[in-house]
Amino acid sequence: MGHRSAGEPWNDPDARPYVELRRVTKKYGEFTAVDDVSLKIYEREIFCLLGASGCGKTTLLRMLGGFEAPTAGRILIDGEDVTDVPPYERPVNMMFQSYALFPHMNVEQNVAFGLKQDRVPKAQIRERVAAMLEMVQLGEYAKRKVGQLSGGQRQRVALARALVKRPKLLLLDEPLGALDKKLREHTQFELIGLQDKLGVTFLVVTHDQEEAMTLASRIGVMERGTIAQAGTPAEIYEYPNSKFVADFIGSVNLFEGRLVEDEPEHVRIASEEIGGTILVGHGISSAPDATLWAALRPEKIAMSLGAPAQTDNVARGVVQDVAYLGDLSIYVVRLPTGKLVRITRPNLARHAEPVERDSEVYLCWDAASPVVVTR
Amino acid sequence: MSRRSAFVISCLAFGYAFLYVPIASMVVYSFNASQLVTVWDHAHSPTLKWFGALLHDQEILGAAWISLKVAIANATGSVILGTLAGYGLARFPRFRGRFAFTAMTTAPLVMPEVITGLSLLLLFVALEQTVGWPAGRGIGTMIIGHMTFSMAYVTVVVQSRLATFDRSVEEAAMDLGARPLKVFFVITLPIVFPAIMAGWLLAFTLSWDDLVISSFTAGPGSNTLPMVVFSMVRLGVNPEINALATLTITAVTVLVVAASWLAARARRRAAAVAA
Repeated sequence: MGHRSAGEPWNDPDARPYVELRRVTKKYGEFTAVDDVSLKIYEREIFCLLGASGCGKTTLLRMLGGFEAPTAGRILIDGEDVTDVPPYERPVNMMFQSYALFPHMNVEQNVAFGLKQDRVPKAQIRERVAAMLEMVQLGEYAKRKVGQLSGGQRQRVALARALVKRPKLLLLDEPLGALDKKLREHTQFELIGLQDKLGVTFLVVTHDQEEAMTLASRIGVMERGTIAQAGTPAEIYEYPNSKFVADFIGSVNLFEGRLVEDEPEHVRIASEEIGGTILVGHGISSAPDATLWAALRPEKIAMSLGAPAQTDNVARGVVQDVAYLGDLSIYVVRLPTGKLVRITRPNLARHAEPVERDSEVYLCWDAASPVVVTR
Repeated sequence: MSRRSAFVISCLAFGYAFLYVPIASMVVYSFNASQLVTVWDHAHSPTLKWFGALLHDQEILGAAWISLKVAIANATGSVILGTLAGYGLARFPRFRGRFAFTAMTTAPLVMPEVITGLSLLLLFVALEQTVGWPAGRGIGTMIIGHMTFSMAYVTVVVQSRLATFDRSVEEAAMDLGARPLKVFFVITLPIVFPAIMAGWLLAFTLSWDDLVISSFTAGPGSNTLPMVVFSMVRLGVNPEINALATLTITAVTVLVVAASWLAARARRRAAAVAA
């Protein structure tokens, strides 16, 4: 996809970040909304802040917009310290969750508002507003009052209004939150196309992990005011750094255990929950006696009625529940230890023989599949 | 079902009759030709002669002119002060003594007018003696007197409108490059304008029919319409008063309809934005 073609500047130590948060903290009285967050965002990225409500993601966004002042720390945009710069002088624009359209103006006047503040010549305003409305497919709605628009149209007016000033950084607060599911999926790809065409850096706040996975070049998962992990969607999904991240993105089976074999090329974890050991095909760094968890995604576990060929990473169990979702089925398998394991299988053939409830099954997985997390 | 609705309709009819029969009879008698207010002159009614007489009554016309000036000045002044107070109260949701401030701005709503009027009179007299202002009482002191209670109504109207105001609309304007003062005049004020207008009309009406505070704060030669009417009625009701009342009721009806239309439009706008 376009927004990922710029390479991976976050892996390049010499790359200059476009937005930089340096140890930013925001407190409201006793409550710490944002706790010592440092973050670098690069040009043309779509960076998604993902987290449950109250995790501090919106506060972080509002500090970048200039609507909240950090209690401590500095905010830099394009190398310039903007910590004390008011919103009306920042080179950023924001799209609000409520869209915040001006109810006493029509669509055209809403979009033109920002350009008027900059005293852009009238002819140029008209031209740029028309082009922007064309881009978001609202050309014929220019004279409508915003009260007469549908939710999707309002969302596009808000987007046009924020983009018409050609900001280098656009902040989006739950941009698709108010749209229904079908429209949301469609709009996600429109948003990516627009971002690619205009070369704007996007910072998106969302609580919807699917939205974050679709849009983002990188995701920052937030937990209680801190960024638990930042990385590409694939990194976050395949290599979560904690139980919280593994559990927050997608679903996961966690097996508690401790190291019994610690080699540079592989480790073995004994887990009472599984009643055996788990072979992990990569080395880890951990204290020898520390408790750790092997995280295993439901789609990475194979299930069979007959015994598999491999000897490591095999478990037996009984199917307790089956949920048919159309494209895939979810199985819950009870191990002899009582631990429940979640498995998903794509329904590849139309009349594939289903694995019935109460069947005795074998579970097995590749040594490369488990991820070991220590917290 | 039909019996219940008959009951409901008669309830409604009694309620409206209680409210409007006196007014209706007054309006009807304003077209009465007889010199006696309570005797209907079948031969010459209806007639517009009392309306004609009214137009030539210099005392009433003069008083109406003073009332109009006072009401307009009062409404305008109250709207400015009341909007500022309402904005302040709506926008600083937590500060020490907020409860006291809210109570203090709305206290004139429940304060007996006699007390307000008397305290104003005493203040004006004391001021005149110590600093020489106001030199005598008249239209100016009446406007100040009316504003003390009208402002409270405007404050309540504006504050309740701002309480439902989506503040991110102001933040969006600021984000797009407008400074706070400009945001207030270009965004906030136009959006709450219907509420301000409703407040203006309310303040106008309150001033137009105020008698008590006017009596305390008026000076020689600054009698308002209610004061003139009241003194005329004490000497016996004149059919001209009926004509005057009819005109006033017509004007008030127009203003009330306008005010509620503005308020309804403001609500619709607020609802449209919230949706």
